[in-house]
Amino acid sequence: MGILEVKDVGKRFGGLQALGDVNLSVKENSVHAIIGPNGAGKSTLLNCLVGKLIPDTGSVMFDGQSVLGRTPYEINQMGISRVFQTPEIFSDLTVLENMMIPCFAKRDGAFRMHAIENMMSEAEIVDKAEHMLEEMNMADKAGMHSASMSRGDKRRLEIAMCLAQEPRLLLLDEPTAGMARADTNNTIDLLKQISDERDITIAIIEHDMHVVFSLANRITVLAQGTPLVEDDPENIRGNPKVREAYLGETA
Amino acid sequence: MLGLNKKDTSLMIVVIILTMFAPFILNPFPVDSAMAQFNAGYPDLMQRFVIFGIFAIGFNILFGLTGYLSFGHAAFLGIGSYSVVWMYKLLDYNVIYGLPLAVLTAGIFAVAIGYVSLRRSGIYFSILTLAFAQMSFNLAYSVLTPITNGETGLQVYNNDPQVLLGANEATSPHLFGIVMNNSFKLDVGAWQFTFNNGYYFCALVMLLVFYLSIRIFRSPFGLMLRAVKSNQNRLSYTGLNPRPYTLAAFVISGMYAGLAGGLMASMDPLAGAERMQWTASGEVVLMTILGGTGTLIGPVLGAGFIKYFENIFSKINDTILHQWFSFLPDGLEDAVVFIIHPFIGKGWHLTLGILFMLVVIFLPGGLVEGGQRIGKWIKSRGKSEDSDSGATTEPAE
Ligand SMILES: Nc1ncnc2c1ncn2[C@@H]1O[C@H](COP(=O)(O)OP(=O)(O)O)[C@@H](O)[C@H]1O
Ligand SMILES: [Mg+2]
Repeated sequence: MGILEVKDVGKRFGGLQALGDVNLSVKENSVHAIIGPNGAGKSTLLNCLVGKLIPDTGSVMFDGQSVLGRTPYEINQMGISRVFQTPEIFSDLTVLENMMIPCFAKRDGAFRMHAIENMMSEAEIVDKAEHMLEEMNMADKAGMHSASMSRGDKRRLEIAMCLAQEPRLLLLDEPTAGMARADTNNTIDLLKQISDERDITIAIIEHDMHVVFSLANRITVLAQGTPLVEDDPENIRGNPKVREAYLGETA
Repeated sequence: MLGLNKKDTSLMIVVIILTMFAPFILNPFPVDSAMAQFNAGYPDLMQRFVIFGIFAIGFNILFGLTGYLSFGHAAFLGIGSYSVVWMYKLLDYNVIYGLPLAVLTAGIFAVAIGYVSLRRSGIYFSILTLAFAQMSFNLAYSVLTPITNGETGLQVYNNDPQVLLGANEATSPHLFGIVMNNSFKLDVGAWQFTFNNGYYFCALVMLLVFYLSIRIFRSPFGLMLRAVKSNQNRLSYTGLNPRPYTLAAFVISGMYAGLAGGLMASMDPLAGAERMQWTASGEVVLMTILGGTGTLIGPVLGAGFIKYFENIFSKINDTILHQWFSFLPDGLEDAVVFIIHPFIGKGWHLTLGILFMLVVIFLPGGLVEGGQRIGKWIKSRGKSEDSDSGATTEPAE
């Protein structure tokens, strides 16, 4: 049994069958990539896992519990964090404040009202946020307005915010889309480091084959809303069906 | 000091000094001088400064921090006033019973209105709050006449129970015998300064709730509210439920409004439905934006600015204008008065509209941004003078 079990998930948008009978099993502590051509239904699948969409059919189990019918914040509190295709951070806040929010969420849950305590005197939270920034080599940016960072740094901050919650499963939707080569390589190194050093499972949606083969130890190929094949990277590379459906197209 | 950082402590001290010395500061012109009409140091106006300041401080906790723009906050103002007047009618004129009740009732209504309205965001939220406020206005104006006394307005009558009223007790609002209406007048040369009990009472309440708002702004709760404004999507996917945070902010700001409404009835023992009208809801929006949304002091400045100019402009009439421009040739004098006429007296709202447009276009951060720009300009001028003379070699900041 994997930490994430997707069974027979289907989702229609009007006349369009975006997902049909998707089965997926993500093993604990693995890096599982979901690849497929544009419009294959990758983002739709991810949205079904985090509570943004509710599938029409099938079940999604995380660590033995169903996530269906729960709100995004409840699913997050179960231990699933998500990185967006374009970095979603609190761009009106400083980098340190950005980092403090997931730390509060981890400690206090979905809602708790500290209306009189001073934010900066919550030593435990400030320490944790600063520590996390240090670990991600962003300590020098703590006081910076987060909107003024580069795209690569925003991505790094978003990942750091997810990690601060110590999630068991980290979902990433095309984390390197629109990035320059150097930023892409940095992100690959960062994710490698995260999966090596932490007790964490990563599921990554990716278009870029370079990223996929650098990171993944398991790959699912999605085409037109159904999984074509699920295998180890070596076998995916040589699989003629995959080449035809996907690799051939981009080559 | 008291859990505030250095910057906030100095801000607090400045506000304390300004409010405590307001009777002097606002009366810079001698009584008999032509400029006396620009004085603002009389009780009625000073009370309005601080009461609307409280209203705007509370509104800013919702709008400034979360970005949810309510167009219905005047409903809570009215609820606060009715609560206080009812306590006069049932118990006695001591405001100590009515004010906590005003805050409580406004809070209860805010829970109900906020719970429904906050199911939507953006313009739909604004429309929902506006609808609720108009409903409250209509209820107060006609349907609930037994409670609100309809269009006459709620007031105290001789046959009201007033069960706690003592034999020698004041028959106007007071706090344990300190009568709100009473003033002490100080004559210094040609100047006269008025120290009014009601003003000082409201000012102390404002200082307390201003301090509270600083604490809220700097708290983890305040951080969450700013996060709601910045990116609700990220907040939900960070395991936080935005709804109770926004509801809490809505209720707190509703309670501030209830308190402000209660204080209005503490200065003048009346409550009328017109206090709940949409124009009053819109006014607090203008005050907050004009002063500087999301800043600590902005809403207070905005409230003072609007109330001051409302007072000045609506007092000016054609006779005064003719006096001012009497130095001009007759035809020209009439023309100038004719042009200015629509902007004064009852036309004050036209002036307010123009002022508001100018501020929004040229100073999106409101009066606070204006102040900051002036501060920067003075600093940079000071610096360039220093470097010109070349005498100082202080290290850069
Ligand atoms: N909210 C939606 N409403 C209607 N159609 C949608 C919606 N989201 C996605 N789709 C459609 O579903 C298909 C799969 O989309 P998506 O999951 O975004 O693909 P991918 O991420 O693999 O590129 C596409 O044809 C897309 O147009
Ligand atoms: Mg996609």
